[in-house]
Amino acid sequence: MLIYTLKRLLQAIPTLLIVITISFFLMRVAPGGPFDGERQLPPEIEANLMAAYHLDEPLPMQYLRYMGNLLQGDFGPSFKYKDFTVTELIAQGFPVSLEIGGLAILLALIVGLPLGIAAALKRNSTVDYVVMGTALTGIAVPNFVLAPIFALVFGVLLGWLPAGGWNGGALPNLVLPVVALSIQQIAYIARMMRASMIEVLGSHFIRTARAKGLSESEVIWRHAIRPALLPVMSYLGPAIAGIVTGSVVIEQIFGIPGIGRYFVQGALNRDYTLVMGTVVFYGILIVVMNLIVDLLYSALDPQIRYDD
Amino acid sequence: MSSSLLSRRLFPLSALAIAIGAASAPAGADMLNIGVQGELASFDTSQVSGGVWESQVLMDVYEGLVTQSPAGELLPGMATEWEISDDGTTYTFHLRDDAKWSDGEPVTAEDFVFGWQHLLKPENASKYAYMLYPVKNAEAVNTGEKPLDTLGVEATDDGKTFTVTLDHPTPYFLQLLTHYTAYPVPKHLVDEYGRDWVKLDHIATNGAFHPVDWVSQSRISVEKSSTYYDADEVSLDGVNYYTVEDRNAGISRFRAGELDVLSDYPSSRYQWLTENLPDATHMSPMLGSYYYVFNHRDGHPTTDARVREALNLVIRRNVLSQQIMAGSFKASTAMVPPGTSHYDAQQMDIGDDMDARLEKARTLLEDAGYGPDNPLNLRLRYNTSDEHKKIAIAVAAMWKPLGVNVQMINSEATVHYQTIAEGDFDVARAGWIADYNDAENFLTLLHTGVGNNYGAYSNEEYDALMDQAAQTLDLDDRQALLEQAENLALDDNAFAPMLTYVTRNLVNPNITGWEDNVEDDHPSRWVEFQD
Repeated sequence: MLIYTLKRLLQAIPTLLIVITISFFLMRVAPGGPFDGERQLPPEIEANLMAAYHLDEPLPMQYLRYMGNLLQGDFGPSFKYKDFTVTELIAQGFPVSLEIGGLAILLALIVGLPLGIAAALKRNSTVDYVVMGTALTGIAVPNFVLAPIFALVFGVLLGWLPAGGWNGGALPNLVLPVVALSIQQIAYIARMMRASMIEVLGSHFIRTARAKGLSESEVIWRHAIRPALLPVMSYLGPAIAGIVTGSVVIEQIFGIPGIGRYFVQGALNRDYTLVMGTVVFYGILIVVMNLIVDLLYSALDPQIRYDD
Repeated sequence: MSSSLLSRRLFPLSALAIAIGAASAPAGADMLNIGVQGELASFDTSQVSGGVWESQVLMDVYEGLVTQSPAGELLPGMATEWEISDDGTTYTFHLRDDAKWSDGEPVTAEDFVFGWQHLLKPENASKYAYMLYPVKNAEAVNTGEKPLDTLGVEATDDGKTFTVTLDHPTPYFLQLLTHYTAYPVPKHLVDEYGRDWVKLDHIATNGAFHPVDWVSQSRISVEKSSTYYDADEVSLDGVNYYTVEDRNAGISRFRAGELDVLSDYPSSRYQWLTENLPDATHMSPMLGSYYYVFNHRDGHPTTDARVREALNLVIRRNVLSQQIMAGSFKASTAMVPPGTSHYDAQQMDIGDDMDARLEKARTLLEDAGYGPDNPLNLRLRYNTSDEHKKIAIAVAAMWKPLGVNVQMINSEATVHYQTIAEGDFDVARAGWIADYNDAENFLTLLHTGVGNNYGAYSNEEYDALMDQAAQTLDLDDRQALLEQAENLALDDNAFAPMLTYVTRNLVNPNITGWEDNVEDDHPSRWVEFQD
């Protein structure tokens, strides 16, 4: 298991290198630069700017410089947010995104899994239809619709919760964004759990368990749930990486200082260092999350072993 | 809307949350909460990127030689008085004795000399350095051709007198000094901390407030400075600037009482807001023009003056303003917006009778060789935004009866401006918000060779008038020359004027000292809560 983990981590290095290289050059191929805007800069000022950020050097040289800095853990200064380095921006924003995203995933699991199991056990009953109907609505209604409605209803009309803002992560400020972010995940997880549960319940080993005379609850709790969790697990790896790196929609609507917006704003502003920083960070997170999921697989499914 | 929603009485949970979040603000303090559209790039004024939201924060924490009243009139700031030489090229400012940085150090003329050199230093790569180009040798210093100490600024009289020598007379120079590029920089802190002077642990500012907290993408908090010379007259204890990118969400936060001021609400909500929050909804003319650029480079149909005139004739600006933009822009037939100081708004001579205009436009296009067999094809570029899209569709529809086929191309702002600067368009959307209150700032957009002259319009007579105006000291004579130049460009249909920007703000009706003005500048120093 340890060897497997180390092997996977080593494999991640070329993967990340490729991701970084492709992103670096794609960003430069995109038309426009970090200093293009509504106002054309006088050529001499543009020259000053290009020199200050080493953008006047040939591209391969810039690439080597970037990789060199990266090896020392230096993501460089942001082109746009001048009083912060990219590392500072990520360090300030990631805990916020992690908190919101982590709570949202937790909520989604706590609500989504039981709903999915209940729907599978009561297949084609009213419970099933209600759960799946609601789940379908949850998937269909995007959070950029849901979030403003939440803010309007609970923040403005009822006045129960703040309509936006972060306030250092105070509980009232967390509720609306976490719920808004989790709705879609609840829906996905419930549907996925239902489908895989139905499949497992129809398999041979469950029939064997029942034939042995085990009680229905023992069949479900001891034999069915664990294998049924596998597809949900493989979904969770990338989903967690995606959700804890922030949601630009939720962050903008509720005014939350996470890192989700940096992906979008960095790209729109051609803030090269910021985009690269978030891409590298996201890449690492994806690799790590997938590894964790694969390791958890073996805990859930005795057929999967990583001994060799 | 009941007034309780707008009062500062928040519900208990959020009041608790705010007490935890903004630990710097004492309970019960008069904090003004402003929702701004974007985030400040830096407290170092040489590194600012030019968003209107940035000047809001900077004007509260710094003060230049002159400052502004709530209505935008010039007032003495760090300088109590000044003399201008007869030839208009030397300005002598006398600094106030009680001018202090928030760390208690005096603000001296050396801080201004240093600040202006800091802005123009090539290595600092300041985007807005050109604002100080009227100062002698500024451009040469900024391009590295001359050393910093050749800049036409001088501190004398023990740091109490600041003298500026200009390259040529610049009638709007005092206006320029309200811009953040002309603020002082605390030399003693840069000497001590280098680039890190701007970090919140080190920074000191000379305005009514100084920064105490910054959560990137969420909030900047500033606190009243007891060292400020007019501190006794400043009512607020501090200001929070919340980054509100989603402007509809901003309206919700304003209605929930979390914001006292929300700048730039979406134009599409204007009608709803005037009906539901009439006391809070502000809209007033602004020094900004929304226009379409005609491409004057060879090979484009818009090089033909008849084509340009025809296109201009059939744009129904009132329809754009009232029906398409629901009253949230004003119709315009000129480049320089009304309200510009020492200038009378000009008008394009197009007449009111729409049928006659359409008829004339048809004839013009026919004369230019376009007709059913040879339709006029135009490529119209705009930068991605709902407003720009609506306007582009409407304008294309207005041109349709002339048989004009419009191909609309939209792209994100960065690509849009790069593409039109390269000349790849026939007609393109552009806008200009004044840097300072002067007609020259708009009219220079049509001067040959100027970077923001996207259409590459070039007219010797126009350039001559502009150059002459730049050398003219008498304000009335100068005004006449500028007006003459604008009329020349309008007669030549150099561009398609369309709309004038307006300021759109939601303001808590319980505050005073906040006034609408053409530059949309609202120093928090004057703001007071009415209990």
